[in-house]
Order: sequence, then structure tokens, then C-alpha cells
Amino acid sequence: MTPVSHNMSNTSTMFRRVLKHMQRNFGVTILPALFTPILMLLMMLNIFGGTIEQSGSLSGSSYINYLTPGLILITAVYGISGAALRANTDMTQGIINRFRTMSIARMSVLTGHVFGNVIITLFSISVILVLAGLTGFRPAIRSDTLLAATGLIAFMVFALSWLAVAVGVSSKNAEGVNGYLYIIYTVPFLSTAFVPTDAMTPILAWFAENQPFSPIIDTIRALLTGGEVGTRGLVAVGWCLALTLIGYLWARSAYNGLADT
Amino acid sequence: MITVKGLRKAFKRQVILDGIDLSVPAGSIFALLGPNGAGKTTTVQILSTLLRPDGGEVRIGGHDLKREPDAIRALIGVTGQFSAVDSVLTGEENLMLMAKLRHLERDEGRRRIADLLHRFDLTEAAKKQAASYSGGMRRKLDLAMSLIGNPQLIFLDEPTTGLDPRSRQMLWTSIRTLADSGMTILLTTQYLDEADRLADRVAVLDKGKLVVEGTPTELKRRIPGGHVQLEFADPTALQKAAQLFGIAFNATSETADSLKLKVALTETVASLRAILERLDSAAITITGLAVQTPTLDDVFLAFTAQSN
Repeated sequence: MTPVSHNMSNTSTMFRRVLKHMQRNFGVTILPALFTPILMLLMMLNIFGGTIEQSGSLSGSSYINYLTPGLILITAVYGISGAALRANTDMTQGIINRFRTMSIARMSVLTGHVFGNVIITLFSISVILVLAGLTGFRPAIRSDTLLAATGLIAFMVFALSWLAVAVGVSSKNAEGVNGYLYIIYTVPFLSTAFVPTDAMTPILAWFAENQPFSPIIDTIRALLTGGEVGTRGLVAVGWCLALTLIGYLWARSAYNGLADT
Repeated sequence: MITVKGLRKAFKRQVILDGIDLSVPAGSIFALLGPNGAGKTTTVQILSTLLRPDGGEVRIGGHDLKREPDAIRALIGVTGQFSAVDSVLTGEENLMLMAKLRHLERDEGRRRIADLLHRFDLTEAAKKQAASYSGGMRRKLDLAMSLIGNPQLIFLDEPTTGLDPRSRQMLWTSIRTLADSGMTILLTTQYLDEADRLADRVAVLDKGKLVVEGTPTELKRRIPGGHVQLEFADPTALQKAAQLFGIAFNATSETADSLKLKVALTETVASLRAILERLDSAAITITGLAVQTPTLDDVFLAFTAQSN
């Protein structure tokens, strides 16, 4: 076998290991990932939805159409806890030392977690999209924009998965993982996920406009509801790329740093 | 198989290994003996490519540790002190994972897995999650996982620590069988009897230094503390026995009061037999005896006293 096919074979073995883990613990894997987005869907729609539609800042479109891309982000962000905890469990148990003394592609154990999280999160997002459809979400059906939206969602989930694995690898225990997660969880709330920035204070509005997730949500929203993507699409792709790179490098250095601790 | 020269390692300012030299011939069992904190695990972690040494030269199977760690990884199997199995997977799936990571052909993998499950008496538990395994079963699965790629060298870090006596016996038998098949084994242990049972050569590690190295027989001969305590019915018999064994005897000492005498043993059974025969032929009766074999404490007291 060539080094490349060795590497792919190791990664696919590790990926299937993570799938088996998720399948064995399906309930605890999927429920926390779905709980928050479903709660947000019901709460935002029924409590704030009417007020936001009446305020006119949505320029006439329905709130569920505005909210759904935000829910996609929430699902992806809350979904990372599973991957972070699974990676952390690997690091804190003996199995990682076995992998590290084997002649295998070094990063394959982490890449397995990343792909595992991408699959499970895309599944969660599909569930949320079905629920959003039941409560009135009506995307603009055009094959090219739908394809672009799917691609961007997958890229965002991929980036978040690397961040999740980095958090898992660099934390000493589950409490450490939760510490990072609380910080990451707050970021989507200070974005354009739930409401337009019009009514925010200027400083908050500036942050909400320019933080990494907002261009991504705005682009997904434009693609799904037939809006104008513009240069924000490039910014969105740029952020996905940057977050992937940060997550990957952070995970790699934490993983290699295990050696001397 | 393994040659180590001047191996050093420190964590922050604490020196863990202070210049270790080792040589382990292919096909032998080598035991690193030492108390907690002596540097045994660190040595194994360095030799198994988990930790980078600060200094010294290590060659394993002809490969330099610093330059070709991956070539070494292909030769070795490691069973550490802490269970390295995937608890969520079943025993069989754990072995399958290793077979796949080692790129074994499907049929070859299945055959080896069935063979290992059988050899370690895990066939019945093969389809159960490793989380439900007992300590002994986990350790056996762990060892089986290390063996799946047919390594030339395996590292066993305190393989029987925390196991019940029956599992320990089974593991000892397995380790012996592996060595008989030509595998090189480096194991660490806190137990002198374990090193004695298994190892061809033993090195005693203390505070990051090798204090003594040799075959178990050589080592034991140099360890004082193995002795038999003889008990007598009256002071006359005690005095006669003391003269017989050439032990300086003081009638006012504690020994005289308790009517007990300690006689050193060089080899437990043979020396004991010789002592009893000598007592017999001198017509001295004893009312009791207790054999005290050398303990690891004796080894350390003796050799660390020498090295200080």
C-alpha cells in the first residue's frame, strides 16, 4: 500500500469506530444535539416571532424563514459537545497511548472524530429542517442555490468539528471541555441568527455583524430564501476556512503536545 | 533487540532517568524491577515512542528511536499500566480495530482474532462490550490487542498489577508462551517473584538509575534478607545451633530470650534442606520454623545502600 492509501485506510477505520460509538450511545449522542435547537425553534417562534414580524425589520418575509438558518447554526454549534467529549474521553483513557505507539497515520484518530461529527450533525440539521418545514419554513427551491447552501452548511460543520476536536484534545477532563463549550455556546446568540441587528445597541450590532458566524448564517439565509448573497458569501467561506485551519492546527499541536505532559 | 546508552529524561526540573544503559537480546524476557517512581514507566514510554528522551541513544531492532520512530512502531506491541482498550466496543471489535489499523487481510485478521480470543480464554465474552469485562479480562484483551500484528517486541508495563492471583497465573503462562515462540519481552514489575518467574535478566531501577543487573539467580544471591527463622525448645539447643551455623551468640540478647535464631538462605529450598539436615545430624530439635524469602524491600535496602 502507498502512504496515501495507508492514511485513508486508517482514517476510515477510525471513522467507523466513531460511528459505532455514536450508534451504541445513540440516545445520548443525538438528544442533547437536538434539544436546544428544538427549544429555540418553539420559543423564538411563539414568543418573539409575532413581535419581530410586526416590527417590519424582516421586510415582509415570515419569521420562520428568517429563523431557520439560525437554527442550523445552533444545531451545528450545540452538536460539537458530543465530538469534544468523545475526543476528550479518548485522550484521557489508555487507548490513545495504544494508537500513538502504532504505526498508523498520526492524525487519523482525530480525523475520525471530525468526520463522525460531520455525519451526525448533518443528520441533526435534517431533523431540524423537517421540523422547521412543519412549522411553516418554505425555502426557495432552486437546485444551484440549494447545492451551494448544502456545501456551505457542510463546510461550517466541518470547521466546527475541528474546533470541537481541538477542545476535546486540549482539555484535561470533561469539566475543561464544558468550560470551552460555554464560551462557544454564547457566540451564536450575539449574531444575526435570531434577529436582525437593527434594534441592537451600536456596539453589539457591530459585533453581531462582524463575528464569524453572522456572514455564514446570512449567506445560508440568502441562498435558502432567494435573497442576494453578494460579497458576504466570500466572507462566509473565508471564515469557514479560517475556523477549520485554527481548529486543525490547535488540535494537532495539542495532540502532539500530549507527549511531554 | 534493544540497546540503550545513557538515557536521560527530566520533567521540568525533576530528573526521572539519570543515564540508563540497557541491552536486551532478541528472544529474551527482560524485567525492569523497581518501586513506584523509580522511572520504570518512563523508560517504557520512551522505548515505545510515546515520550521523547532528553538525551542518550536508543536503538530498537536496528532503528534509531529519534530518527525512525515509525519503523519502531511497526515492530512493537505495548500493553501499558492503564487499560488501553475501547470500552464501548466488544472484545472482538477491539481486535478487529487493531487488525484493520495494521492492514491485515480480512481472512488473516479473522483467523488471528479467533486464535487470540481462544488463547486468552475470551471467546465466550467476544461479543460483549469491554466495559463489562473484569480487570483480568481487560488485561488479557489488552495483551491480545498488542499481539495482533505479530510484533517482534512487546512492552508490558506492570502487567499483573491489580490482578487477582488466578488471573496473574494465567497471564504469567501467556507471557512465558510468547517468549517461547521467540518474541522479545520487556516488562516492568514491582514484584520480585514476578521477575523471578518470568525474566531471563533483571535490572533494578531506583531513582532513575540502574543499581544492579543480572539473572534472577545472580540477583537473589546478592540479596541479603532471605532467611529461615528457627525456634528452639530451650537455650541449650539454641546455643548449639548457633555454634553449628557459626552465628555469633550473646546469651543476654533478644534472640536468646525468644529462643529464635535467624539463618541466612542463599537458595530457598536447597539451603533449607541443608540446614535441616545439619540440625538433624547434630541431634538438635527445633519446635518451629518460618521461611522469610527476600522481599523487594530487602533488595532496595541492600542496593540503594550500596549506591549511596
